[in-house]
Amino acid sequence: MDPDQSEDSHSNSANSHGPTQPPSPFPDEVLEKVLSFIDSRKDRGSVSLVRKDWYNAERWTRSKLFIGNCYSVSPEIVARRFPRIKSVTLKGKPRFSDFNMLPRDWGANVHSWLVMFAKVYPFLEELRLKRMTVTDESLELLAKSFPGFKALTLSSCDGFSENGLKAIASHCRNLTELDIQDSVTDDVGGGWLSCFPENFASLEVLNFSSLNCEVSFDDLERLVSRCKSLRVLKVNDSITLDQLRRLLVHAPRLMELGTGSFMQELTPRQYEDIESAFSNCKNLQVLSGLWEATSLYLPVLYGACASLTFLNLSDVALQSSEFARLLVHCPNLRRLWVIDTVEDKGLEAVGSSCPLLEELRVFPSDPYDRHHRDGVTELGFLAVSRGCRKLRYVLYFCRRMTNAAVITIVQNCPDFTHFRLCIMIPGQPDYLTNEPMDEAFAAVVKTCTKLKRLSVSGLLTDLTFEYIGKYAKNLETLSVAFAGSSDWGMQCVLEGCPKLRKLEIRDCPFGNAALLSGREKYEMMRSLWMSSCNVTMKGCRLLAKEMPRLNVEVIKDEGSDDGQADRVYVYRSVAGPRRDAPPFVLTL
Amino acid sequence: MEGVMSHASDLNLKATELRLGLPGTDEHDEFVSVAKNNKRALPDQSATDSGRKGISSGKSIDHEHEHEPAPKAQIVGWPPVRSYRKNNLQAKKTEAETGMYVKVSMDGAPYLRKIDLSVYNGYAELLKALESMFKLTIGDYSEREGYKGSEYAPAYEDKDGDLMLVGDVPWDMFMSSCKRLRIMKGSDASGLGCGV
Repeated sequence: MDPDQSEDSHSNSANSHGPTQPPSPFPDEVLEKVLSFIDSRKDRGSVSLVRKDWYNAERWTRSKLFIGNCYSVSPEIVARRFPRIKSVTLKGKPRFSDFNMLPRDWGANVHSWLVMFAKVYPFLEELRLKRMTVTDESLELLAKSFPGFKALTLSSCDGFSENGLKAIASHCRNLTELDIQDSVTDDVGGGWLSCFPENFASLEVLNFSSLNCEVSFDDLERLVSRCKSLRVLKVNDSITLDQLRRLLVHAPRLMELGTGSFMQELTPRQYEDIESAFSNCKNLQVLSGLWEATSLYLPVLYGACASLTFLNLSDVALQSSEFARLLVHCPNLRRLWVIDTVEDKGLEAVGSSCPLLEELRVFPSDPYDRHHRDGVTELGFLAVSRGCRKLRYVLYFCRRMTNAAVITIVQNCPDFTHFRLCIMIPGQPDYLTNEPMDEAFAAVVKTCTKLKRLSVSGLLTDLTFEYIGKYAKNLETLSVAFAGSSDWGMQCVLEGCPKLRKLEIRDCPFGNAALLSGREKYEMMRSLWMSSCNVTMKGCRLLAKEMPRLNVEVIKDEGSDDGQADRVYVYRSVAGPRRDAPPFVLTL
Repeated sequence: MEGVMSHASDLNLKATELRLGLPGTDEHDEFVSVAKNNKRALPDQSATDSGRKGISSGKSIDHEHEHEPAPKAQIVGWPPVRSYRKNNLQAKKTEAETGMYVKVSMDGAPYLRKIDLSVYNGYAELLKALESMFKLTIGDYSEREGYKGSEYAPAYEDKDGDLMLVGDVPWDMFMSSCKRLRIMKGSDASGLGCGV
């Protein structure tokens, strides 16, 4: 597909009034001034479609770029359209890559983007990357190409090592944010932290909590004491409690703190000191880390919890009693992430201590059922729903659930926008009635009219998908695993959900008929992922042939039949087929 | 719940399936893909569901053994938890799992006992438990005079090895520093701050 063709179609759509348009009632400068106040990208998209001069004014005034799928457009097209970009957000791999469902070297390498940005956007200040491969070479290019560069976020990225970070620390004189989240780095030493120049003091955000490295504490302490505007500090577990205390003394105005390791033998004096260091943090809104925290030391935190709105305990396996004691001190929580070792009893404490709670995520301590721990059940979820009526986001991993419980839960909390229920045993029915979990999700989509994101699980027939198609009118993201009975289920969703943008499916009996029924729909969506379903190469080829503006990519499993399309990734693109696809990605 | 998957093949859905054959398209692979259902169905987890085909996706459970409980083979990418997170989710091998057991000795008793500090919510509960375990009375604590007037006084050894009077520091700090308990005769405890 020719990119130039798409450019023309773009300007044609803006030019819908014909080749000559009536003159604009106000000069370009005025239009540009007005448009410079518009931040929302949806609004900007609408503006660009009004008429040609609005399209041009919009593109000249856009400073923030958001690209949800790096392969949906090319660096060249972007550079041609938007001349003045200061901030870029780029997302790469499909979400299932987080769970090892994509081979390494699949792609989403940021380098070609950076090469273009270096040429066209010398004033680039911010780069936010998610699920992209970022090499040291790219980080070095970044560090040296943009003198005003300020903020770098690497979320679920891979490919870089200590050397890349060294380049950033050494060369980005105006850096305010270095935020590394959930990123996979095998060989990262900690020497990069020592590369910030002696007089460098502009950091506001520093997060290296997911890096597995030892940093020089002295250099870290000096850095923290120099950076008076530091508001977010998330260290990794190489930092001890006592070292943390010293950092807190330098930065009592922190708003977000990720602690280091909480396992350290403290003398009573040290205990008191760290307790008072925490009590001095009056502005703390977000707390995370707490690796290996035990009931012995959790109490040192209590003094800092009054203003907490987000408590992230997903890295520390607490028991219900110590968890409940901690929660008593956190009455203002809006968001809570926790591991299921707190069990239903712990969730009861959530229900009674956190009336303002809006988001709850419960992660499994034993996802592969090796230790046969109880974890949480429908009872815990029920208890939370009774006490936390404002709940709108839930991610819940459990091994048993009932339809009745879910029905009651959504009656208690009808405002869900994100409902992600993961019953960890594939195809698990309602454990009391042995029925499918269809009625549970029926209740979710019927009751929660604002629902934007849904993950279903358990034993589900096509009925679930009929309900979703019929009622989930605001649904944007749907994740399905080990569910459904036939093509009909998937067809219901594709025909019924007008706002659907992302559909990810694995291990379901959906085949070519279902795949092809959505062909026009996929052009209005960001992407479709189907793996281990009943889709064949013939079906995929047909889709690719009929829909030239979609990229249809297949990855085959080892040892599978020639006809089987094991992993299918379909997405709209104005950039044509990938030019950087590795040999195992078949572009149809 | 009878077998959903076997029911599906009985219905011969293929005959009513929406087809996409272009003229001249070879239809064999459609047939094959339906028959290959066994690769896509659900693992049999329930012993009661003998009617269901118990199979798995791709790389894991051996579907010959459907009448045994499915071996805990791992399905790729399931449950959907991030790999870095898995590394952090180790069992907490600390006192909370095994309790915070400390030895308790009593002067004159032939053998020691052990109690789990983590089950108590404060000094009052702890002292009551000690009184009941050793059949004695400990009396009231005062900051100035310790357990004045009691026949027995509770003391503990802290991290530095020093012998301390129970009750002086906040409960949480006590829990973190107490290594073992010692119930001393009131007269011996006079050096620990009792006014006796």
